[in-house]
Amino acid sequence: MGCVEIRGISKLFGNVRAVDQVDLATNEGEFLVLLGPSGCGKTTLLRMIAGIEEPTAGEMVTDGRVVTHLPPRMRDIAMVFQSYALYPHMTVYKNIAFPLRARGVEKEAVRKKVEWAAGMFKIERLLDRKPRELSGGERQRVALARAMVREPSVFLLDEPLSNLDALLRASAREELRQFQRRVGVTTIYVTHDQVEAMGLGDRIVVMSQGKIRQIGTPMEIYQWPADTFVATFVGSPPMNLLDQGDTLLGFRPETFMPTDAVEGSGGVVTYPFEVTYLEYLGAERLVYGTVGEKSHARHVVSRLPGSLILPMEAGKTYPFAVALRDLRRFDKKSGLYKEGGPS
Amino acid sequence: MSGQPVSNLAVDGARGGLLDREGALAKLMIAPAILYIVAMIGVPFVLAVLYSLSDATTGDPSLNFVGLRNFTAALEDPVFRLSLWNTVFFTLASQCIVVLLSRLLATALLKTFRGKWLVRFLIMLPWTAPISLGTIGWLWMLDSIFSPIDWVLRYVGLLGAPDALLGAGTNLYYLGIPGLAISSIILVDVWRILPLATVIQLAGLSSIPKDLLEAAEVDGASPWRRTLMITIPLTLPITSIAFLFGVVFTFTDLVVVYVLTRGGPVHMTQVLSSWTFFKGIEGGDLAQGAAISLFMFPVLAAVAILILRMARRTEVV
Amino acid sequence: MTNVRKLAGRGGLYALLGAFAFFGAFPFYWMVIATFKTDHDLFSPLNNPFLFNEPPTLDHLKNLLFETHFHTYLTNTLWVGLAVVVITLVVAVPAAYSLARWARGWGEMLGIGIFLTYLVPPTILFIPLSRFTSSLGLQESLWSLILVYPTFTIPFCTWLLMGFFKTIPKDIEEQAMIDGLSRFGAMWKVVLPLSISGVLTVVVFAFTLSMHEFIYALTFISVSMKKTVSIGVPTELVRGDVFQWGSLMAGALIASLPVAVVYTFFLDRFVAGFTMGAVK
Repeated sequence: MGCVEIRGISKLFGNVRAVDQVDLATNEGEFLVLLGPSGCGKTTLLRMIAGIEEPTAGEMVTDGRVVTHLPPRMRDIAMVFQSYALYPHMTVYKNIAFPLRARGVEKEAVRKKVEWAAGMFKIERLLDRKPRELSGGERQRVALARAMVREPSVFLLDEPLSNLDALLRASAREELRQFQRRVGVTTIYVTHDQVEAMGLGDRIVVMSQGKIRQIGTPMEIYQWPADTFVATFVGSPPMNLLDQGDTLLGFRPETFMPTDAVEGSGGVVTYPFEVTYLEYLGAERLVYGTVGEKSHARHVVSRLPGSLILPMEAGKTYPFAVALRDLRRFDKKSGLYKEGGPS
Repeated sequence: MSGQPVSNLAVDGARGGLLDREGALAKLMIAPAILYIVAMIGVPFVLAVLYSLSDATTGDPSLNFVGLRNFTAALEDPVFRLSLWNTVFFTLASQCIVVLLSRLLATALLKTFRGKWLVRFLIMLPWTAPISLGTIGWLWMLDSIFSPIDWVLRYVGLLGAPDALLGAGTNLYYLGIPGLAISSIILVDVWRILPLATVIQLAGLSSIPKDLLEAAEVDGASPWRRTLMITIPLTLPITSIAFLFGVVFTFTDLVVVYVLTRGGPVHMTQVLSSWTFFKGIEGGDLAQGAAISLFMFPVLAAVAILILRMARRTEVV
Repeated sequence: MTNVRKLAGRGGLYALLGAFAFFGAFPFYWMVIATFKTDHDLFSPLNNPFLFNEPPTLDHLKNLLFETHFHTYLTNTLWVGLAVVVITLVVAVPAAYSLARWARGWGEMLGIGIFLTYLVPPTILFIPLSRFTSSLGLQESLWSLILVYPTFTIPFCTWLLMGFFKTIPKDIEEQAMIDGLSRFGAMWKVVLPLSISGVLTVVVFAFTLSMHEFIYALTFISVSMKKTVSIGVPTELVRGDVFQWGSLMAGALIASLPVAVVYTFFLDRFVAGFTMGAVK
């Protein structure tokens, strides 16, 4: 139970293609993250999976059943909205009981289930309160409990952490991950925050302009971006890109180091790096500068570990290098990743 | 722990029922309103136009078309011309006063003070009480013999003595002398619309962001300047809306004239709506009545367009 | 110095508000006086009209309640008002929801169109509508008023409710659909309970607007027993040419005050509907 398969789904709003010919299939019990900038179609895609939005074209299958045109209540899904969408006029107990009552579950069974779900999220003592009396973190737990109470086969989350403050967000992230592992329900999670995506996802789907750019594990997405969009969207600071004929050479800032520090067993490429600006961030140092002749000099960033004590000054040029195995090549026109050795 | 699966998946592969289909629901739910409005406002309006082009009467309501005869006849009728002028004059005079007074009153009501609820209730009474009943109160106050206003004037010696400023008579006959009757009607119109205009103005004034005024104060603008440069321009659209609604209500109102003067003395206070009523219903001349009432339409259409424009503008602010 | 100025400003404020309150409420005060004055006191031009020169009396009230059809006018008004409230709710609630949630393009024009019909005054419609109701055999019947009053309550209340529904986040009903309700169920079981104050506002306005109405009632109804308060009091409490001022004022007062109190509570919402939500 719990596989969603999407075949050639598109959604048009007027003339705007919010989602454009997307194919996607989840694995049983995995944590799948849809990542992309705002307006990339990730939320629309999630809403189509939920059944709130009807696709313009394409087909959707869950557990071997075509559900493309079914209303949400006939799909076996639960969803947590960014706003949590708690019913403001109901107590926490009634909120959690709502999906069960709507399906006609009898009272005693509802009570047991609600207590079970509340226990799972440690909110038993909040059951008599109204949503407005809860803190942000408590609201989030109530929303999760309400979603889980009927044990759906697919669990959808739309940026559920974005309303929490930074400190709470980190712990909520960890809790969410552990909870999902324990229950093992297939989860689709939408976010624009790459840290969340990397930390939570078994696999990440990177989207832009209604299309899927890449699907892969966090490691694959970071190390082997499928195109220049993924390369620059994931990672902060983004991947450096240098012109070389009809090819773009890409390398992560942390692989771009002073020549002495690069381990060059597989060969290296060296560049004279003119430093323009330095940022000391404690654990690391960001070095901004340019590479290449003055007429077509390129901005490049290097991320040096804080442990690397090396005096460096703005305005001076230093020899820097990248190991060949860390170089990625992209087609300049299409932006797509290109196989092939270093030049 | 986990109970039996609670999902209900009886309907497989099908679409949901009617109650799930947005498109159908959207149309179904608005249909009664549209049907009612077309049947009870649209059709009668067209009927009013048809009547105005016919010679229909209460006795013989069949439609024989006579062209624009009713309109030309109305325009040649001195009573109609007077009521057209009166309608415009009463409306403009009362609404100009209302705009000024409501602005003053709204500014005062913006402050916090004790007993605000009671003051508000009293000020709002002319709008919240049924208009015909409030006007009856005025009718008694403007009575030709027992008016308390006359009593006060007599008491202070302005009336009723041989050398009194307002004459030697014991009463002023507010509703019997043309000039006074006209002023009385304008006064009651002001009395009636002032509360509504005040509340609208109040909404406009309290919607001005406080930091805007504070910023102006920090910039060294005097209170006068702040009113002139910030408050008035920012509330201009809402003031206009208050004015335009006042115009609509006063322009089409029948009650005040009907209860106070029935158009008298000798048609001196006749307005379009009262003349429509007397001609069309009491006189039984449906065609003439419809034609007279339709003279209101161009003004109303213009006001409607202006209101929409103003509303658009306020949304931008 | 500033204290004196403050005090003067305060005094000015109270004087101003007092003057306006006097202007607004005086006719009603005048009704109170007339209600309890003996006829002899009332009709002696030399008596101070602001005071009770003779002991107050309940005669006018007794006359109003037991000798006139006043109580019939009240029941008629109540009955017409309630029927109009029901019709308005049944038609305006779904229409407003539909416009608030699903109107795009032509739907928005439709919403504005509905609002504009509120500006088409009874003074243009009453002649054709009087023919219309009498051809349905409803002359001299309260049903004619019940049929016609929604012409002003439906457009206005639809517009008012539309604003209310728009303030309820869509998330809530989408969540309700995911939690197992149909599209309609989400509106019925979640959005409506959340807009209860909006619905209450509509109930109040549909009722008060019906109670205030004058022209249609004057045109359609001439039988005394079928009159509503707003026309019954001004037209019926007159014997021949002589106004029964004491009873007349008592009737006007009794019918005005309760509705005025309720209306005052809801006035701000009324205005919000008026200005099309342009003022937040």
